[in-house]
Amino acid sequence: MTVALSGKDLATRIGKAIPQMVISIADNSITVKSQGLFQVAKFLKETPGLEFDMLVNISGVDYLDYFEVVYHLVSLKHNHSIVLKTICLDRDNPVVPSVVSLWRGADFLEREEYDLMGIRFEGHPNLRRIYLWDGFKGHPLRRDYL
Amino acid sequence: MVLKSEPMLISMGPHHPSTHGVFRMRLVLDGEVIVDVEPMVGYLHRGIEKLAETRTYTQVIPLTDRLDYLGSMTNNWAYVIAVEKLASIKVPERAEYLRVIIGELMRISSHLMATGFLGNELGCTFTPLLYMFREREKIMDFFEMVCGQRLTYNYMRIGGMSQDIPEEFLPAVKKFVAEMPHYIDEYEQLLSENEILLARTKGVGILPRNLAISSSVTGPVLRASGVQWDLRKSDPYSIYDRFEFDIPTGTVSDVYDRYLVRIQEMRQSIRILEQAIKQLPAGEARSKVPLLLRPPVGEAYAHIESPKGELGFYLVSDGSIAPYRCRIRAPSFTNITALKDMLVGWKIADAVVIFGSIDIVLGEVDR
Repeated sequence: MTVALSGKDLATRIGKAIPQMVISIADNSITVKSQGLFQVAKFLKETPGLEFDMLVNISGVDYLDYFEVVYHLVSLKHNHSIVLKTICLDRDNPVVPSVVSLWRGADFLEREEYDLMGIRFEGHPNLRRIYLWDGFKGHPLRRDYL
Repeated sequence: MVLKSEPMLISMGPHHPSTHGVFRMRLVLDGEVIVDVEPMVGYLHRGIEKLAETRTYTQVIPLTDRLDYLGSMTNNWAYVIAVEKLASIKVPERAEYLRVIIGELMRISSHLMATGFLGNELGCTFTPLLYMFREREKIMDFFEMVCGQRLTYNYMRIGGMSQDIPEEFLPAVKKFVAEMPHYIDEYEQLLSENEILLARTKGVGILPRNLAISSSVTGPVLRASGVQWDLRKSDPYSIYDRFEFDIPTGTVSDVYDRYLVRIQEMRQSIRILEQAIKQLPAGEARSKVPLLLRPPVGEAYAHIESPKGELGFYLVSDGSIAPYRCRIRAPSFTNITALKDMLVGWKIADAVVIFGSIDIVLGEVDR
């Protein structure tokens, strides 16, 4: 059984290594500031005992006041999982650091979120639309698109 | 004199028989050798995630049929598990067993298509495929028995199945389960030692273990790369912890290993089917769930091991009758991230074989 790690314990560990980045904690998820996302992701991937080696999914959720980007991480070695979240408040230009250099699987997932949700992933090697054509206006998965 | 050569650009697809849909690859060739590849998707993009936001929770089920249309039942399954998790709905025992039976039949059917089309890709057009269609046809008949449909089933419901199985279903499946190992032997006789198949697939399109994991590759492709990771064992959903079965893995991580893993997985599915049919309890096939379901505010992520890999649904509820966000984690989509690593360095004739060995369905890639 994949163990969903407790957000509280993990937040304490992250807080020791990278202070003042965790915004909120839920049962099995933690929300971090977007500027600290890459460091936290790197910490989760490389710390012995955590070693989240696979990025399962990236989801963008539009809450109208802010965007939430949700990362589902799993460690195949230890068989445990965590949900990492980040928030961007700027609706006109939401920016989140890219994690492609940590998990290559993020490549298409981030491109998809950029295409449909309009979240820019800074540092992505090839951030272009993936489903829609280049001249398409707007980002259809935003709640105010239609 | 030095011969000057220039890289050649080839656009393969979207209308190419080997792509099983509308998939396009932009290949850069040096002579016959592939030096770069860029997958281009989106030709089948229907915006299913957006459509789901304007439908009730039950109305989303038929949309999920249209994702991986060779594994519609498992798509239904992943979605209903997510909703059941979100709204804390209990599923009757009988329904759980029926889901396992239906799901494993679907896995066999999907793997039959994958291995059959591998023959097509190699140039031995249609002989192996038609052998496999013979058995797939029987599975289609079973599904027609239970829900009247042959491709887009819409059979599962939140809290169970749309209806119980008819009485002729179980005897027919029992007969099939008894016969199927013999048929798999037949495929193996035809293919596993086949000289052409060995020459074209052994050592071709290798995807190393580390690369597979970091590229979020799941399913038979990941297992062929030597990773023992199957959600039915590593994170048992439904009632998979009650069955005995093994997870076949590969050693060389090439196209041949992917073929072998699928063949062995079919044998394991038969094992699960035997146990599930034996244990199938009587009772209700559906629990009472309000038609207009309003799950509490919150979110849920549920994943299952679909025939192609990890299929996940991330649902966010705002307490209304429609999902606020329905994010689909499609295995086919993330599996093609690793396409470039498998293709570069191989000849253009191998591109079709390697691509086919990932077994993607464009309905799921583009959504």
